[in-house]
Amino acid sequence: MSTINQSGWRPTAPEKGEGNTDTFTGNRALMLDEALIFEIGSNETTGVDFAEVPAGTSRLGNLARTAPINLPGLSEPEAVRHYTRLSRQNYAIDLGLFPLGSCTMKHNPRLNERMARLPGFADIHPLAPVDTVQGAFEVIHQLAHWLVTLTGMHSVAMSPKAGAHGELCGVLAIRAALDAKGQQARKVILVPESAHGTNPATAAFAGFTVEDIPATAAGRVDLDALKARLGPDIAGVMITNPNTCGLFEPDLKAISDAVHEAGGYVYCDGANFNAIVGRVRPGDLGVDAMHINLHKTFSTPHGGGGPGSGPVVFSEALTPYAPLPFVEQQGDQFVLVEEETAGEHHAGSFGRMVAFHGQMGMFTRALTYILSHGADGLRQVAEDSVLNANYILRSMEDVLDAPFAGTGPCMHEAIFSDKNLAEGFSTLDIAKGLIDEGYHPMTVYFPLVVHGAMLVEPTETESKATLDQFIGAFRSVAARAKNGEPALKSAPHHAPRRRLDETLAARKPVLAYKDAPKAQAAE
Amino acid sequence: MVDMRYLPLTQTDRQAMLATIGAASVDDLFVDVPESARLNGPIHGLPPHASELAVERHMTALARKNVVAGEVPFFLGAGAYRHHVPASVDHIIQRGEFLTAYTPYQPEIAQGTLQVMFEFQSQVARLLGCDVANASMYDGSTACWEAISMARRLTKRGKAILSGGVHPHYVSVAKTMAKFTGDQLVTALPTLSATPDTNDLIAQIDGDTSCVVVQYPDILGRIEDMTALADACHAKKALLIAVVTEPVALGAIRSPGEMGADIVVGEGQSLGVGLQFGGPYVGLFACSEKLVRQMPGRLCGETVDAEGKRGFVLTLSTREQHIRREKATSNICTSSVLCALAMSAHMTLLGEAGLRQLAAINHAQASAAADRLAQIPGVELVTPTFFNEFTLKLPVEARPVVRALADRDILAGVSLGRLYPDAEVLANGLVVAVTETTTAEDVETLASALQEVLA
Repeated sequence: MSTINQSGWRPTAPEKGEGNTDTFTGNRALMLDEALIFEIGSNETTGVDFAEVPAGTSRLGNLARTAPINLPGLSEPEAVRHYTRLSRQNYAIDLGLFPLGSCTMKHNPRLNERMARLPGFADIHPLAPVDTVQGAFEVIHQLAHWLVTLTGMHSVAMSPKAGAHGELCGVLAIRAALDAKGQQARKVILVPESAHGTNPATAAFAGFTVEDIPATAAGRVDLDALKARLGPDIAGVMITNPNTCGLFEPDLKAISDAVHEAGGYVYCDGANFNAIVGRVRPGDLGVDAMHINLHKTFSTPHGGGGPGSGPVVFSEALTPYAPLPFVEQQGDQFVLVEEETAGEHHAGSFGRMVAFHGQMGMFTRALTYILSHGADGLRQVAEDSVLNANYILRSMEDVLDAPFAGTGPCMHEAIFSDKNLAEGFSTLDIAKGLIDEGYHPMTVYFPLVVHGAMLVEPTETESKATLDQFIGAFRSVAARAKNGEPALKSAPHHAPRRRLDETLAARKPVLAYKDAPKAQAAE
Repeated sequence: MVDMRYLPLTQTDRQAMLATIGAASVDDLFVDVPESARLNGPIHGLPPHASELAVERHMTALARKNVVAGEVPFFLGAGAYRHHVPASVDHIIQRGEFLTAYTPYQPEIAQGTLQVMFEFQSQVARLLGCDVANASMYDGSTACWEAISMARRLTKRGKAILSGGVHPHYVSVAKTMAKFTGDQLVTALPTLSATPDTNDLIAQIDGDTSCVVVQYPDILGRIEDMTALADACHAKKALLIAVVTEPVALGAIRSPGEMGADIVVGEGQSLGVGLQFGGPYVGLFACSEKLVRQMPGRLCGETVDAEGKRGFVLTLSTREQHIRREKATSNICTSSVLCALAMSAHMTLLGEAGLRQLAAINHAQASAAADRLAQIPGVELVTPTFFNEFTLKLPVEARPVVRALADRDILAGVSLGRLYPDAEVLANGLVVAVTETTTAEDVETLASALQEVLA
């Protein structure tokens, strides 16, 4: 016996429809907007279950909270959905090429995440008795060893929390070394105009005056101009190598020698160390201090803007001034050298920069990364990152102005300018056009020495097929900017949001959610 | 050439790409590196690339050498607290769209991170009792120094008075920085007394004082009303900075902002982040709306897009180094966004009701533990008012006692001898933290072992 199927179902084919395609919700299928927790949560809702509060005497004195905090809660399913929906409004390396120059958006290996979450690393307290956390100190010690080995330097300070914090560490060590020698009069730090903004900000914080070093037409430090400026007031130089135009500074050794001879120190911004890891050791170039962004070269996740980690390697000359704390091996034990145990041979240390011992969660990830790649893999990292960048440079130079392409190969990133775009079209339009093509744009308007700079860093974790597709899209968008195609001015058209009003945000800052007046009255 | 799992280029790809570039070999791309600077041999001592399995074995062996907090009776705090983090928090922060995103410089494709930052800022401002908060700092200790620095810019005065109750590492960081900036810091050691040094602080405020810095709860776990201190600061046109290293406390006690603190900074680790041997953590920074243009760090603000839809952007960046270079309010270039997400998600899961309940459990269990431990002959409870952390005075130096208890697989707390090695008067002090993760059995195990060790 069979019943008649009355559902009306039959195979369908697409039909032509016309008219308004707006939706009731404002969502567009998988592109889902999400309200703020303050609009969907409530003070009564919670996504965590607790035991009853045990009875007992309050020891809060007269400080027991009476006023509500007004923290909205969500149940677990609502919370998971809230953050999952938000996550889908982000671009990420996991979704595609993220060629943000100088930022080194390479694949984040998931083994690193797993290792950082081992309870033996994730669930240990920074002030636990040192003999109960020997494995943690051994991780720090092993990573420190490889950082020193890879850079050819003398020692490393592990505690700085990020790249700029590492810069501060290096510059403070220079200040401390000069002060120890009675050279308080050395107050000037020379910084190339192409430097990251953190360089001058850091030098100024440490009490130095910042002066620009001119660049040559080839985008490198002008050695003669630099030499001419050296003198008894110079504390040192801060140089990025490879520099922010993606070029190697071939004169760095000569610069270092000249600076040392004049009584100064050489700080190297190691933001671009990923281009030369395993192939060049900064220690061989006369560098006195260099920070290493573990989130760049050693691929700890950027996380939407931190946490980073910025260990600083030091030359023998600056080692006595390195900050506390650090880990030392004594026999088969690892000890923590802190304020109390610094003793005489660390008496010159300029002091502590952070509570506890630094970004342990990043150390485990970086060590995992180094051991995974090994000596051959790390060298290949540098080679493939440079190969990928040069491939983009040579595939684009006929459509976009590449100011230094004529001087030879680039390192790990390729730089272009906004020269020859149609009247009224800018680097920003190209960036926004790339968003519609499904890419995160390159770094724009940095470095400041190239007009309308576009700094493209593909990294070594991209395949040739991915690069070819990106080049196709980049060429297409560049051509539209040169042809002055009006629709490009209002790109992106297909992102979760159109261009946002940054002027309004700065003129009338709304930095926290304010309850609607009615809701406040109800409380 | 190496075949390695994270490197997608094949040898054929490399050759084809070199042909496009017009280079004979990869070495030709490194021509700018002087011959003398090239490292031609392998990296000394580093083995070749290794499989996931091999690396996992290596790392797991190192992890096993540590005593895991969750596997033993555990009572450490002093600026880092062990709380239960809901499973969904770790799931959320491992979403690749959050984990592998960058700073939201292109807001049209970063609304996820930006909205999280806006929600985080709003939650933190409410928790600390201030108008606005930034999108996070490196950690509590660096946030504390940045607050002192901000107070100097606002008041144009160079003397900061730090309470003895401020975490010694935070004081140490401030001392390091002040050596270079020329700020004058007035510091003191804590004393093993029932109340903090509020009256001493008030007496020291003068016309040169930029700020007074207090911690709440303080390093010994003490809590005290800071209203009178805030009034005394304001009478001399100085700012009151409050440091909170255990934000869960604010589910049970009044917020510093409510009591008149001008800048409230802190360490957010105890919500969502976990111990992680000290980092990465998440620094909190909040203040009143009128001070915001001198605030350091990243800020996210609400705006609209070209179609009038609400959206979020990084804003007030004219304070920051990438625009202002040497004139920036701080050299800080990043924040701790993934940890801020963890903290924000944990706060969202808790909500008002959950946080209040969590705080109440912490306080009740800590009170019960304090009562039990104070029964041990010779052991004295120094701190009559506290939240989830209190200080005991032992009849002997605490540091060797902690050591002896560790041999019995009990992590008993933080000895003041570890934090203040040169202060003999503090040597008998033991700071004990009790959270919702501490069981009554843990307390009993500690109590009986402590009694034996002291006997």
